[in-house]
Amino acid sequence: MTSVPGAPVLTMSFDIEGRNFKASGEASGRIKRTLEQVGLDWNVVRRAAVVLYEAEMNIVIHAHRGVLRAEISPQKVVIVADDEGPGIPDVSLAMKRGFSTAPAEIREMGFGAGLGLPNIEKHSDQMSIETEVGRGTKVVAVIMVPGGAPDVTPPGATQADAT
Amino acid sequence: MGQYFHSVTLDRDKCRGCTNCIKRCPTEAIRVREGKARIFEERCIDCGECIRACPNHAKSALTDRLERLSEFEYTVALPAPSFYGQFRRTSTPETVLRALLGVGFDDIFEVPVAASAVGYAVRTFMNQASRTRPLISSACPAVLRLIQVRFPALLDHIIPLESPMEVSAQLARKRAEAATGIPRERIGVFFVTPCAAKVTAVKQPVGRAKSAVDGAISMSEVYGAAVSHLKDAESGRRFQVALASGLGWGRAGGENAEIDQGELLAVDGIHNVITVLTEVEKGRLTDVDFLEAQACVGGCIGGPLVPENPFVARANIKAMADMVDSGNPRPPFGEDELAALYDSGVFTMVETIPPRPVLKLDEDVTRAMAKVERLEETLARLPNLDCGSCGSPTCRSLAEDIVRGLAFETDCLFKLRERVRDLAAEMKELAEKVPPSMDQPSGSERTPEVG
Ligand SMILES: Nc1ncnc2c1ncn2[C@@H]1O[C@H](COP(=O)(O)OP(=O)(O)OP(=O)(O)O)[C@@H](O)[C@H]1O
Ligand code: SF4
Ligand SMILES: [Mg+2]
Repeated sequence: MTSVPGAPVLTMSFDIEGRNFKASGEASGRIKRTLEQVGLDWNVVRRAAVVLYEAEMNIVIHAHRGVLRAEISPQKVVIVADDEGPGIPDVSLAMKRGFSTAPAEIREMGFGAGLGLPNIEKHSDQMSIETEVGRGTKVVAVIMVPGGAPDVTPPGATQADAT
Repeated sequence: MGQYFHSVTLDRDKCRGCTNCIKRCPTEAIRVREGKARIFEERCIDCGECIRACPNHAKSALTDRLERLSEFEYTVALPAPSFYGQFRRTSTPETVLRALLGVGFDDIFEVPVAASAVGYAVRTFMNQASRTRPLISSACPAVLRLIQVRFPALLDHIIPLESPMEVSAQLARKRAEAATGIPRERIGVFFVTPCAAKVTAVKQPVGRAKSAVDGAISMSEVYGAAVSHLKDAESGRRFQVALASGLGWGRAGGENAEIDQGELLAVDGIHNVITVLTEVEKGRLTDVDFLEAQACVGGCIGGPLVPENPFVARANIKAMADMVDSGNPRPPFGEDELAALYDSGVFTMVETIPPRPVLKLDEDVTRAMAKVERLEETLARLPNLDCGSCGSPTCRSLAEDIVRGLAFETDCLFKLRERVRDLAAEMKELAEKVPPSMDQPSGSERTPEVG
């Protein structure tokens, strides 16, 4: 865990392994606990918990490996899920509720309802997907803290790579 | 008493400072400091896990005593459904109630009767309100407090209906008033409680300003007083007894069996409840309509103040329920009566339940962020053995305590040993620095100075 000097941003980042269902949910759980310790509005924590979990599970289910990162500040929580994997050929199709390419054994486990990406969008204030077929996918979601002081993060601080 | 009332209390004389309770506490509310356990009152949810875990019986529940009955002109007992499970199969619900009356109550209002009515209210609420799913049962007060301290984001999932205990207390008082003409404040309504959590729910309720129950007496105490009256209970006063489904609320799964509508999920045992609530928080269980959640393994028959073994109690309840069913009983309330009760607001939880977030490291977000950093740095230096010798349940919680200013790194035995070793090395180094002129031959010839 590191922070950028001068800017109140707390960054947490975890490596996520594809298909490792045993450890799945741990990273998002740890970040959620930190959000609670920081004392952000609990509605923000709730929304972040859903976004974190869905983003983590998409790496576990669909990608080879990746990193789940949260950049926490008094103004907002930026969640980045960056993976090496197959990429998404048609992003607008993937964003549709109910669309899923998850195989049968994944559905058997209760995943693959095609709700993850739409839920990330629903629970965040901004969301973007960068993806390249055969290489990987980067999902960035931003949750604003209501009544959070104006953003004073100086340019060049970590949120620059979150676009 | 501080900001919070707690039924669960510690007898400092009995506490030997072992670490059984700190490890079992689901909210990490207990620390051992200076050889004695200490409960953080803002974290305690009165689930009773520590009462069960303590080998020295240093943890117990504050309850009302039977002597309190004398404060009132007329008294009504409210037996929890689990109470019926304390009696062997040879007893019928009626003999159980007669024996209970023998303890010194003037009347009885069966909580399982109210439970069946609450079941109706849950179904009605589920049909009317299209709200967040799953709705979470409000029946177990330890679970409600768990949600307040550990899952505040799920507070609006709690079904805003009162527990069978509160509903029965209101109905009992009304009935006693009408039957006797005695003013309500001179009527004492007493719950026969399986747990500490219900005592706290009576003394300091959530969801309402004041409980309709006047006192909560331990089921063990009431049972002890009632058994001696069993032998005279074969005949006597007639009761219109609760339905089998109402009795079922005493065990895990009984509440859902009563509701019997929509997608239902049941979980029992506080640590299991945490795992399921974690799933709900991830947004994964939205296809479930109603979640029955009970802090005790097996449901209320597993409560910390229940005398009988929970597995035996479960079989007893089943036997009694079958007995009731075979008599083709008339339901205590007709559909019209239930609808009228629903409209009267007797089921409604009037106040919203506030969050009690306890994890926050500082009131100021920026300062809290700095503390999180210090916490992680501190944790990286701890051995990650979670041995509990420091008095905190895990290395992470010790790191939290250090950052909150409640503990020191050297509270960790391993860190202390490291420090001692470093100091010893330093002393040795210093010792070797004495001027050569004063140096003495080494080995056994060296005689320590005694002074
Ligand atoms: N990180 C990723 N890499 C590759 N493909 C992805 C990734 N994330 C999502 N997808 C694709 O987008 C589809 C929709 O994703 P979404 O998260 O909405 O649903 P799901 O993961 O299939 O099911 P659910 O999230 O409900 O368990 C996926 O089935 C998959 O084809
Ligand atoms: S499950 Fe029943 S006995 Fe146990 S704490 Fe909850 S209400 Fe009390
Ligand atoms: Mg998904």
